[in-house]
Amino acid sequence: MSTLEQKSANQGCHLRVNIGGLELKNPIMPASGAFGESMEKVLDFNHLGAVLPKSITKYPRKGNDTPRVCEVPAGMINSIGIQSKGLQYYLKNIVPYYQQYDTPLIASISADSVEEFVEMADILGNNPGVDALELNISCPNLKGDGLAFGMDADVTYELTKKVRGITDVPLFNKLTPNVTRIQDIALASEEGGADALTVVNTFLAMSINVHTWKPELGNVMGGISGPGVKPIIVRMIYQVYQASKLPIIGCGGVMNGEDAIEMMLAGASAVQVGTASFIKPAAMLDVLEEIKSYMQQYGINDIYDIIGKVHFNQYEEG
Amino acid sequence: MFLEDLFLLGVRVVKDQEVKILSNIQVSERYWHMVVDASGLASDVEPGQFFYIDCGQENESFLRRPFSVYRINQDDQTLEFLYLTKGLGTQALTKLKQGETVRSFGPLGQGFSLQEDAQKILLLARGVGIATLAALAQEASKKGVQCAAILSARSHNDLLAAEMLQGFGAEVHKVTEEDGTSDVENVRDIIEDITARHNIDAAYTCGSRRLSRLLQDITSKKDIPAEIALEEHMGCAMGVCYACVCDVVEDDEIRTVRVCLEGPVFPLQKVMMQP
Ligand SMILES: Cc1cc2nc3c(=O)[nH]c(=O)nc-3n(C[C@H](O)[C@H](O)[C@H](O)COP(=O)(O)OP(=O)(O)OC[C@H]3O[C@@H](n4cnc5c(N)ncnc54)[C@H](O)[C@@H]3O)c2cc1C
Ligand SMILES: Cc1cc2nc3c(=O)[nH]c(=O)nc-3n(C[C@H](O)[C@H](O)[C@H](O)COP(=O)(O)O)c2cc1C
Repeated sequence: MSTLEQKSANQGCHLRVNIGGLELKNPIMPASGAFGESMEKVLDFNHLGAVLPKSITKYPRKGNDTPRVCEVPAGMINSIGIQSKGLQYYLKNIVPYYQQYDTPLIASISADSVEEFVEMADILGNNPGVDALELNISCPNLKGDGLAFGMDADVTYELTKKVRGITDVPLFNKLTPNVTRIQDIALASEEGGADALTVVNTFLAMSINVHTWKPELGNVMGGISGPGVKPIIVRMIYQVYQASKLPIIGCGGVMNGEDAIEMMLAGASAVQVGTASFIKPAAMLDVLEEIKSYMQQYGINDIYDIIGKVHFNQYEEG
Repeated sequence: MFLEDLFLLGVRVVKDQEVKILSNIQVSERYWHMVVDASGLASDVEPGQFFYIDCGQENESFLRRPFSVYRINQDDQTLEFLYLTKGLGTQALTKLKQGETVRSFGPLGQGFSLQEDAQKILLLARGVGIATLAALAQEASKKGVQCAAILSARSHNDLLAAEMLQGFGAEVHKVTEEDGTSDVENVRDIIEDITARHNIDAAYTCGSRRLSRLLQDITSKKDIPAEIALEEHMGCAMGVCYACVCDVVEDDEIRTVRVCLEGPVFPLQKVMMQP
């Protein structure tokens, strides 16, 4: 479909969402690490709500040993280790590349220290080609037994506040599920000045080959994603929606339109698609089409009539 | 030019589509052969390229599986795959029947390069590696390029493509564990013998790190251009996830490049072979 046809097809249902000040033509965007320029061969990026390239680090990084992925029932574990060409390459090549599309660019940042987050957010946030920042405070792959900034509410607050202080672009914190109470991290992000929350990154996981007695991944541990984790994500979106006023971007295990709708009912205003693109390269466009048919089927005109609208009739008291 | 700049040259549409299975049969104890209708493909397929195939067991095998093209038949617009049954994915693939469709994404990756003026090439395949090199032998035969092939396998049963290669007029050497002939030193002797008798313009290998190191050694000493088709566990197969990487040396620098996008075929001398 051309962009024009797409626009007219959208007229029936209102898909526009506002994520912490960032206007999206529809709620579907890629998950960081599952999207990149070479996907232009399989889908038109103009149809997406936003583009979101892989997390960038300040300096080039080699990434982890192979195998970097392994399959598990209903999902996969990855330990890419944020292979990255560094911020300079990103500014020179990645940001300009996406200017050809009529789709906002969300830059995902990974850093080793609060200072580095601030420094990178300063450079990227104040770059006119970047429309929003997603702070990957949650990547479980980095050294240190998977420990991440987003595991500590105080660190999250401090990090967010400092980044907030140097840039006005919409700021999304990507939370980690590897915590005891995700609401605490959500609130720390909100108090620190984040504009939205991505819920969530991958769960720290491990898989052992019982025939060789070796870990399946070169890095031993990795993050699990895919349909198997979706019910846990729906629960987390629901909990965060109750606790925080910030818009939520749901992420984890969305394979089709109904999965996206489920996350929106739980409270997500937008949805990221990651692993599904590995199974079906054009999965994001399918998800979008399926959301539209769902809305038509139920006579829903505006996507906002879905967001956070899960019913509890059977539990209501009076 | 660096390997990483390659994909920019080949910007084109890659389709993910259902293709019709024309046959899918067991050809030996561990190997299967599948023929599909390729008439709907968006672009030409080159030897060394691969398809990312949905083997069909959604609940069990989750990710797709990469398979290189075994034969490319332009006249009747079909593609052939030769696959070794290994785990969940390949076992599920054997269940697909003639007349059904299989979802396949491709052609993907960079294929082999065969110089126009080449006269004789050497193929060194281990096990199912021949599935990847066979399409090159087919193209060589079409272009009138002579071919010498060394096929290494566990048993005679696994030396599937030998007859097909002989049909292309190739000089075929078979070595197996069964015969106790597959050790590296014996293969070295065979290669030395071939290169002593013929002027080899290029060499290609797939399927064994041991044999690839051997070929790397011989071809660098003799200054023969060589290529290798690599295998690595894949995520997206389209260059975005950085799962299937390998290290190459370019400009005295180690770079980690993607097997699915910059490969699976690489210049043999550039690849850092893990022990
Ligand atoms: C570019 C390329 C071309 C290939 N061409 C052929 C071919 O023509 N014929 C053939 O028989 N095989 C080929 N292979 C290997 C084939 O992809 C694997 O044997 C297959 O994925 C195994 O799946 P499984 O479920 O049967 O095995 P399992 O061992 O159960 O697989 C488990 C996981 O590991 C991955 N995996 C296991 N072995 C390999 C491997 N060698 N390479 C990559 N991933 C692997 C699988 O994809 C899967 O995700 C090729 C691999 C690559 C990368
Ligand atoms: C191969 C791979 C690489 C990833 N890389 C990143 C990354 O660089 N930064 C990040 O924030 N999340 C990364 N993620 C996590 C995804 O963005 C997403 O949170 C997760 O995969 C769950 O969504 P899914 O089930 O739709 O894939 C990666 C996931 C995968 C599978």
